[in-house]
Amino acid sequence: MNAENLVFWVSGTFAVVGALGMVVSRKAVHSALWVAFAMINIAILYFTLEAPFLGTTQIIVYTGAVMMLFLFVLMIVGVDSSDSLLETIKGQRLLAAFFALAFGGLLVSAIASTQASPSNGLAVANAGYGGHLQALAKLIFSDYLLAFEVTSALLITAAMGAMVLAHNERWAPKKTQDQMQRERTLGNHITPMPAPGVLARNNSVDTPALLPDGSTSVDSLPTAFRGQGQVEKINAIEEAGK
Amino acid sequence: MLHMGPQGDLGIFGNDPGIVIAVKVLGIFVIMVVMTLMTIWAERRVVGRMQMRIGPNRVGPFGLLQSLMDGVKLALKEEIIPKGVHLAVYVIAPVIAATTAFLTFAVIPLGPEVSMFGHVTPLQLTDFPVSVLYVLAIASIGIYGIVLAGWSSGSIYPLLGGLRSSAQMISYEIAMGLSFVAVFLYAQSMSTSQIVAAQEPMWYIVLLLPSFIIYTTAMVGETNRAPFDLPEAEGELVGGFHTEYSSLKFALFFLAEYVNMVTVSALATTLFLGGWRAPWPISLWDQANVGWWPMLWFFGKVFAFLFVFIWLRGTLPRLRYDQFMKFGWKVLIPVSIVWILIVSIARYLRSTGGLESRNLLFAASAVLILIVVASYVVDLRRKKADEVESERLALEADQEFDPFAGGFPVPPMPGQAAQPSRRANLTVTSTVSASAIATEATEDK
Repeated sequence: MNAENLVFWVSGTFAVVGALGMVVSRKAVHSALWVAFAMINIAILYFTLEAPFLGTTQIIVYTGAVMMLFLFVLMIVGVDSSDSLLETIKGQRLLAAFFALAFGGLLVSAIASTQASPSNGLAVANAGYGGHLQALAKLIFSDYLLAFEVTSALLITAAMGAMVLAHNERWAPKKTQDQMQRERTLGNHITPMPAPGVLARNNSVDTPALLPDGSTSVDSLPTAFRGQGQVEKINAIEEAGK
Repeated sequence: MLHMGPQGDLGIFGNDPGIVIAVKVLGIFVIMVVMTLMTIWAERRVVGRMQMRIGPNRVGPFGLLQSLMDGVKLALKEEIIPKGVHLAVYVIAPVIAATTAFLTFAVIPLGPEVSMFGHVTPLQLTDFPVSVLYVLAIASIGIYGIVLAGWSSGSIYPLLGGLRSSAQMISYEIAMGLSFVAVFLYAQSMSTSQIVAAQEPMWYIVLLLPSFIIYTTAMVGETNRAPFDLPEAEGELVGGFHTEYSSLKFALFFLAEYVNMVTVSALATTLFLGGWRAPWPISLWDQANVGWWPMLWFFGKVFAFLFVFIWLRGTLPRLRYDQFMKFGWKVLIPVSIVWILIVSIARYLRSTGGLESRNLLFAASAVLILIVVASYVVDLRRKKADEVESERLALEADQEFDPFAGGFPVPPMPGQAAQPSRRANLTVTSTVSASAIATEATEDK
C-alpha cells in the first residue's frame, strides 16, 4: 500500500464517518461540525488527486465560509436548542429516499461511463496549458465564461436580496460619538444610578437603596415604582419588621 | 526592469529524504515555540518601556526566561472545567486553534537551497502551486477553534466573544485575500517560493504599496491584536472566547495567538518584503543571498513586523466594534477591489505593449488618491444633507402626537414623544428618611 492509497482509505473513511455523523447527530451544531469534518477530508482527497487548487478552495469556501455561516446561525438560535423531530412535510421520508436513490444512480452511471472509456490522465489534460491551475483559469475565462458570469450574477442577486430584506430605514438621525458623550457627562448623573437596595428581608427591585445617612434614595428605583407612595410604603414595611 | 513570469521550479520540492523532512518539521516547531516565548518577553519589555516601566527583568539575563517560567506555571495550574461545557468540543477547540497556527509555516520560505546532511534542499518544508491559498484555507480552519471554544463553554460571554472574534476574522480575511491578488498578478504565481523569486529585481512593497497597507491592516485584524483586539474587550466580554479555559488549554490559545502573529508577519515578509532576500546595503555583498545567511534577513524582517505589532498595542486604543466592521467592509474591501482593477488594467496594457506599466501604476496611484479625496468631499456634503434631514425630523417632531390618528392606536412617529405614562405624572412628595420613620415609630410606642 503506497502513501496515496493510505491517505485515500483514511480520509475516505473519515469523510463517510463525517457524513453519517451529520445525519445521526441530534444537535444541529454537532451536525454542522460533522459536515465541516467531512469537507476537510474531501479536500485532502482532492490534494492527493493532484488538484490542490480545488482542495484549498473547498476548504476556504465551504469549510471556512459556508459552514461557518451555518454555525453562526445555529449558535445565535441557541446553545441548547435541539430540532423538533415532528415531520411537517408530508411524505418527506419517501421523497428523500427517492431522491437519494436517483442521485446515487446518477453517480454510479457517471462513474461507470468514465470507467468504460479509457481516460487520458492529468498530464495530457494539462499539457496545453502548463499546469492544472493555468488550465482551469484558461477554461473558466474562455470556454465557460458565460456560465461563470451567470453564476456570479446569481450570487450577487442573492446577496442583494439578503441586503434588501435586512435593510432598515433609519428613523431618527444617528447620534454621533460627540453627542453621546455630551448626553452622558452633561446630564445629572455621570455615574450610573445607584442600584436598588438589596436588604436582608426584601431583595426585589422595589426596595430603595439606603444612603450613608440612613435615608432612602428614590433614584435607585425604576421609574415605574417611584410614584404612588411606594417609597413610604417600603419604609413602613421595613420599620414594621424591626 | 520588472521581472516577468515565474522563476524557479517547484520540482525542487518533494524529493527530500525522511531525515531532512523530520529535521525541517522539528526545526519549524522549535522556531515557532521559541519565537512565541521571545515575542511575549519582547512585548512585555517593549510595552513596559513605552509605559515608562522596566518590565520583567528577574528571571534569566534581561528577564529572557520569564515567559518560559510563566508557561511552566500555566501548565502546572489546576484545570477547571465548568459544569455546562460540551466536553468533546471544549477539549478539541484549543487543539484546533494551536495546530492550525503551526501548519501555516510549512509553506513559508526561510531561505534558498542549502546543503543538509549532504542533500541539497530548499529551506522550506514544502511548496505547491497554490500555497498562499493554503495559508488562507488553514486560517479559516483556525477560526473554528475560536468559534467552538466560545460555543462549547456553555456561557454567554465566551459565546459572544467567539462570534465576535470569528466575524472579525472572516471579514478581515476577505480584505487579506484581496490584497494577495495584486501580488499574484505580478508574480504570475500563487506559490510562496516563486513569489520570492519574482521579487528579485524589486520588492512588492515598492510596486504594490496599497496592497501592502491593506495586508498589514488586515493582518492585525486577523490576529485579534490591538487596536483590533475586540474579542478580548474585557470591559464588555470578560476574556472573550477563552473566559472558561484554564491551565494548559488556555496556554494553547495563548500559543496560537502568538504563533499566528509570527505567521502573518512571515507571510507579509514573503509577499511584500522580498522574503529571505537581503535588504539593499547588505545585498551588495555577493554572499548575502546564498546559503544560511538569508534566514537571518528573513527573521530580521519578521521581528520588525512583530515590533510594529507591539508598538501598535502600546500606542493605540481599542476601536469600537461598529467602527471596526465599517472600516473593514466599507474602506478596506472597496479600496482593494479598485486597486486590483487598476493593477490588472496596468498588467493588461503592459502585456499588449500599450503603455509603460510603471508610469501607469504611478498614474493609478494618483487616481486612487483623487478618489479618496473625492470620497471625503462627498462625505462632507452628505454630512450637510444629514443636517438638513435631521432639521426636517426635528420639525416633524414638533407636530403633536395623535395616539389615535385615523381611528387606530398608533405608535409615535420618529422624534415625536409618546404621551407620558399616567404613573410618571405622580411625583414623589418627599424622600422620607428611614431614621425619621424610626423616631416616629418609637414615639408611637
